[in-house]
Amino acid sequence: MNDTVSVVIVSHSQDIAKGTADMVRQMVGSEVKVAFCGGNPDGGLGTNVPLIIDAINRAWSPKGVAILVDLGGAETNSEMAVEMLRPEQRNLVVVCNAPIVEGAVMAATEAAGGSSLEQVRAVAEELSAS
Amino acid sequence: MSLPPETFKTLVRAAAEKVIASAPELTALDQAIGDGDHGANMKRGFEAVLGKLDTIGAQPLDEAFKTIGKTLVMTVGGASGPLYGSFFMAAGDALSGSKHLPEDLAEVFSRGVGAVSARGRSQAGEKTMLDVLVPVLETLKSEAGRPDLVELVRVTASEAVTRTVPMRATKGRASFLGERSVGHVDPGARSSCVLLQAVCDTLEAQQ
Repeated sequence: MNDTVSVVIVSHSQDIAKGTADMVRQMVGSEVKVAFCGGNPDGGLGTNVPLIIDAINRAWSPKGVAILVDLGGAETNSEMAVEMLRPEQRNLVVVCNAPIVEGAVMAATEAAGGSSLEQVRAVAEELSAS
Repeated sequence: MSLPPETFKTLVRAAAEKVIASAPELTALDQAIGDGDHGANMKRGFEAVLGKLDTIGAQPLDEAFKTIGKTLVMTVGGASGPLYGSFFMAAGDALSGSKHLPEDLAEVFSRGVGAVSARGRSQAGEKTMLDVLVPVLETLKSEAGRPDLVELVRVTASEAVTRTVPMRATKGRASFLGERSVGHVDPGARSSCVLLQAVCDTLEAQQ
């Protein structure tokens, strides 16, 4: 199997993150690696840098990782997580400015065709252009 | 002249204990215009800092700042983790370079404020913690060397919090509220003020 760009889903809610990942797997299949995380360090609603780093590493692909987030803190914590990766990983991870569910499905669909990280990101971000 | 490790440890303990004690107030403020987790998040982060206090107190100052920053990033669990974390990590970077405390306080603080602004892609005037940090930085620059600098910082921080009340949030969760964010104190501005005032109180008590 050729490597594809992977997708990481970061929500404040573990349930939303899992549900989004389920939708991606059903609609796109399993050729794209998908990891998800949600919740703060106490298990309540929130996001959490160590869990995001874990999810990136679980989904890791040499073609790159596209992260989809829900609200503000998920974006800030995801950007922080990317900066805390090993230097050789950092340039291969992007946080997409796109709605979480639609963005994850579109990103995974594009990734399944073998597209580059930049193409995957561009397709996901078209959703927030209008 | 350099900041003695014992003094630094005392300042960190005081700031952490004060923000932990303020958690209910921060939560109440955040329930009005955010998602109500700021108090719990700050409490969790600064409890983790207290747990590492002996390590922090034994480290060189630059490393100590970085440990505080990284601990907040890894434990707070909200946007305030990377924001406060970036402040302390950038201040630590400044101290790893050519800067020293207390003589370069304004420059070290400025590096921290710059990191918060970059992390949040935000400026003063947008109803955030920067609305306290930036005025305090101005006071540190313009009043450097004054014997009553600690008192001036305390007053600046306190007045700056009050000035966030009529502001309309354009960043963070409160921005979803638009005009409805007007009329409330910004929780991040308040937590910044709590931290700064704990430092001021402790410095004054030692004078």
